[in-house]
Amino acid sequence: MDPFAEITRLRRGLDDGEFSSRELAEFYLSRSRQLNPQINGYINLSEDRALAQAAAADARIAAGEAGPVTGIPLAHKDIFCTRGIPTTCASRMLASFVPPYDATVVERLEGAGAVTLGKANLDEFAMGSSNENSYFGAVSNPWDTSRVPGGSSGGSAATVAAGMAPIATGTDTGGSIRQPAAFCGVCGLKPTYGRVSRYGMVAFASSLDQGGVLGRSAADIAMLLAQFAGPDPKDATSHPESDPWLNALREMPDPEQALTPSDGLRVGLPKEYFAHLAEAGHLDEASKLFESWGCTLTEVSLPHTDAAIPAYYVIAGAEASTNLSRYDGVRYGHRCSDPVSLEDLYQRSRTEGFGAEVKRRILTGTYALSVGYFDAYYLQAQKIRRLIQNDFLTAFESVDMILAPTAPGVAFAKDDLTADPVAMYQQDLFTIPASLAGLPAMSVPCGVQDNLPLGMQLIAPHFAERTLLAWSHRFQQATDWHTRHPTLSEAAT
Amino acid sequence: MADIDIAHLSRLAQLALDDGERARVLQDLERIIVMVDQMQSIDTGGVAPLAHPLDAGATLRPDQVTEEIDRELYQAGAPATERGFYLVPRVVD
Repeated sequence: MDPFAEITRLRRGLDDGEFSSRELAEFYLSRSRQLNPQINGYINLSEDRALAQAAAADARIAAGEAGPVTGIPLAHKDIFCTRGIPTTCASRMLASFVPPYDATVVERLEGAGAVTLGKANLDEFAMGSSNENSYFGAVSNPWDTSRVPGGSSGGSAATVAAGMAPIATGTDTGGSIRQPAAFCGVCGLKPTYGRVSRYGMVAFASSLDQGGVLGRSAADIAMLLAQFAGPDPKDATSHPESDPWLNALREMPDPEQALTPSDGLRVGLPKEYFAHLAEAGHLDEASKLFESWGCTLTEVSLPHTDAAIPAYYVIAGAEASTNLSRYDGVRYGHRCSDPVSLEDLYQRSRTEGFGAEVKRRILTGTYALSVGYFDAYYLQAQKIRRLIQNDFLTAFESVDMILAPTAPGVAFAKDDLTADPVAMYQQDLFTIPASLAGLPAMSVPCGVQDNLPLGMQLIAPHFAERTLLAWSHRFQQATDWHTRHPTLSEAAT
Repeated sequence: MADIDIAHLSRLAQLALDDGERARVLQDLERIIVMVDQMQSIDTGGVAPLAHPLDAGATLRPDQVTEEIDRELYQAGAPATERGFYLVPRVVD
């Protein structure tokens, strides 16, 4: 069995009787048990649930009732609630939390017959760009275990890159799907804000959080996304219109026919992004390919790019300080021992339950929202958010898609940036603007430097995921960056 | 330099930081606020704040009961309950 097979390939194998879903689940579970000590991509493996789901999937396949993802194993970022399985958000606060319900993303995927292998590691409450902020330990980059996998969906990216899962869910607030995808050499899609239900996704910054997918190819991501995207009455911010293209894709056993790109694509290259980039050779190569397919390339300007990180850390901090006020040691989550008063209960439970980065974000947000600072920080940040969105809307009057770097460089070494939070925040320079604007964006492997993967970021107008996926698919038909994978020794564990 | 009253902020955030942690956090916060203050140079006169990326309001659904509340299930993970109530330290003597 090839641990690096795409799920489109696994689909054919299941349908042709080459292997059963149970064999597939057992293969990935076994490989994950062997590799997890060096990668730490999983917080928990849900073996019993996986094997029961695989058996049910095999019965559906035998009865001729299989859908596109029936019997396909996957990992869920441990921020999605899974009924009966611990959902920790990589925090001591939720270390023993067992949700009484499933997230909509989980419910829809499992309803379609997907098999949950386990819960992937992340930065605590999805706050981080290196996956070093996990209560359950840092995740290692499978390409070089002395380096970070990126974050916050570092466990999702690393499990896919290491062949411990063929595909995984993730969430992206300021780059948390795209940056780890780039660092680990996999594809990662952050859909349009509102495309995917946030119900059962532990909240960090509610006006930015969006669920998505990390996988080996654009075709795989399209196949999985179609199963869980769309309106959800349980999330008042989910976009009420369903998308005919995604609805059709939901029924297709092979997404290929839905991924034909339209002609005459106009691609914009944002000059402010390239000005910050020391090495852009991989993007030049990709641009040349787009040109060879008849796309026109033009420079575009996104003039408020440099204001994005400050505005983001105010908005995300403010929303986090509000969202995380629910952790009070009363209803669920960590509770300190022997509290002497209600205030003591709140304060010690929270102080013991949250890690250093989470406390920094809460305090940044508390500062921005406190009396006398609200207008200068929170309101100013929201106005800048409008300017950043306007930059994109103006650019999209003359181009259909933006091609940009995903991250400033390759995966950095562990501990390199942990001492300086502001330096760590700069990692998100190229991913945050699309998040603030609510746009769909995708990272696609497009090169290698020092044997470490590089990604390009494609950004499209609201709800134009089709453009991103179709053109990424086109790119992947002509290149093999996405098929490369790290060499891992199972014996080394 | 930003004027940060760390004792006040940690009380608002219900965090009990010891002296060492307080000093470290203050140092980090000062750096973060200096970074964030770059925003102040941007002219936002006449710009409407953007709270929702699609400028959409919340979608409402019909005001109908759609699920039963299973208190026992929802309280199963609570640190301390008694007869369906959450237990906390005594507030009034």
